[in-house]
Amino acid sequence: MMFMPTLYEQLGGQAAVNLAVDNSYRKVLTDDRVKSFFDGVDMDQQIAKQKAFLTMVFGGPNNYSGLDMRQGHAHLVKRGLNDSHVDTIIELLGKTLSELGVAEPLIQQVAALAESTRNDVLGR
Amino acid sequence: MPVVRWGEQTFPLHGNETVLDALLRNGVSVSYACKSGSCGSCMLQAREGTVPARAQAGLKDSWKAQGYFLACVCVPEADLAAAPLGAEARIRATIISLGNLSPSVKQVLVRRDVASDIRPGQYIAIIRPDGLARSYSVAGLPEEDVLEFHVRLIPNGRMSGWLHNDACVGDRVTTLGPSGECFYVPGNEDQPLLLAGTGTGLAPLWGVLRDALRCGHRGPIHVFHGAVHQGGLYLCDELRSLTQTHEHVTYTPVLLTGDPIPGTEIGAIDKVILGRFPKLAGWRAYLAGDPDIVRSLKMQLFLAGAGSRDILADAFLHSAD
Repeated sequence: MMFMPTLYEQLGGQAAVNLAVDNSYRKVLTDDRVKSFFDGVDMDQQIAKQKAFLTMVFGGPNNYSGLDMRQGHAHLVKRGLNDSHVDTIIELLGKTLSELGVAEPLIQQVAALAESTRNDVLGR
Repeated sequence: MPVVRWGEQTFPLHGNETVLDALLRNGVSVSYACKSGSCGSCMLQAREGTVPARAQAGLKDSWKAQGYFLACVCVPEADLAAAPLGAEARIRATIISLGNLSPSVKQVLVRRDVASDIRPGQYIAIIRPDGLARSYSVAGLPEEDVLEFHVRLIPNGRMSGWLHNDACVGDRVTTLGPSGECFYVPGNEDQPLLLAGTGTGLAPLWGVLRDALRCGHRGPIHVFHGAVHQGGLYLCDELRSLTQTHEHVTYTPVLLTGDPIPGTEIGAIDKVILGRFPKLAGWRAYLAGDPDIVRSLKMQLFLAGAGSRDILADAFLHSAD
């Protein structure tokens, strides 16, 4: 039987996730399209959430819950969070991974997994 | 509603009440100070039941394993039996020296009855015989069982007022801890280090600095100490003399206001640091002192490229009462 490594393992495990979390968080904090949603957010808590999210989209050990995603973003939806912002986050994540030397097909897989949370994030 | 069991007594929790609030509401005497899960004064031990992860965040693994938790941020989802910490976590100590570092900062040395594993830069709760508790950073360990603290006199501060005006050499206190992760970790001796703090935020940095040198750190070490005006600086001569004996150490006092003084920067500490070091990828930073400055610096250092796991911050919180 063929053993397929998860995306998480192919990307390099925990160390790669940590680096991707830092780099993508820096990007969203400085991107004019989305940075206002992160105003006043506690950095440590945000990094912990970002890490849980990336571990999930990389297929690593996680306890993703659509309900948490809905509750966690409900206040942002009220402030105008919409599809264009989700597009930006997925774009910045792709850019981060590309800068880290991740191959395009893997980035596509990550983007597809991130895409699967869109409706939960936007409360639909 | 879950209940807290305390010895023979059982206290039902109200709403989202913490274990600390439930105990205090029922007249149980428990030490506490910050009420925000930081100082460690209210640590208790769970005897039965599950402790929420939030109430053990930042505690060392051996403590978690023993069920230690912070009562002030513990909102149990199910029944929890709690008890005061065993004698092994509380160590009695004697004040052996009270000296002045500046008109508003005392150097307090205490000798613990038993030495335990503490790293300079971590913090310890000091508990007075009447139960008043406050946490202070360990600025150094002059001997294995002696701890050095820097205590700034806070207006109307009960513990700092006592230590400045009333405490005597020979007085007994109880110490609890250590907590905190703001300490030097050997293993990356060439990494550039940034040590930045305001007020007595210098205490943990002074501890980390000397520990790093003792461990043979070879990379550059840049110390920035911020104060509103000249009177807030202390240990200036000691820090300058360290830069004489260690070429890779720099010391920059930063005053918020005032006329230019040679060797001193005027301005906000974050602007001075980022102005000199705009790119911090690969650095490790230790930050301590005023919580707003620490929070803002942490974010700015991160945006300047320092990894989130390489920024160790110790925001000083004032007690909740």
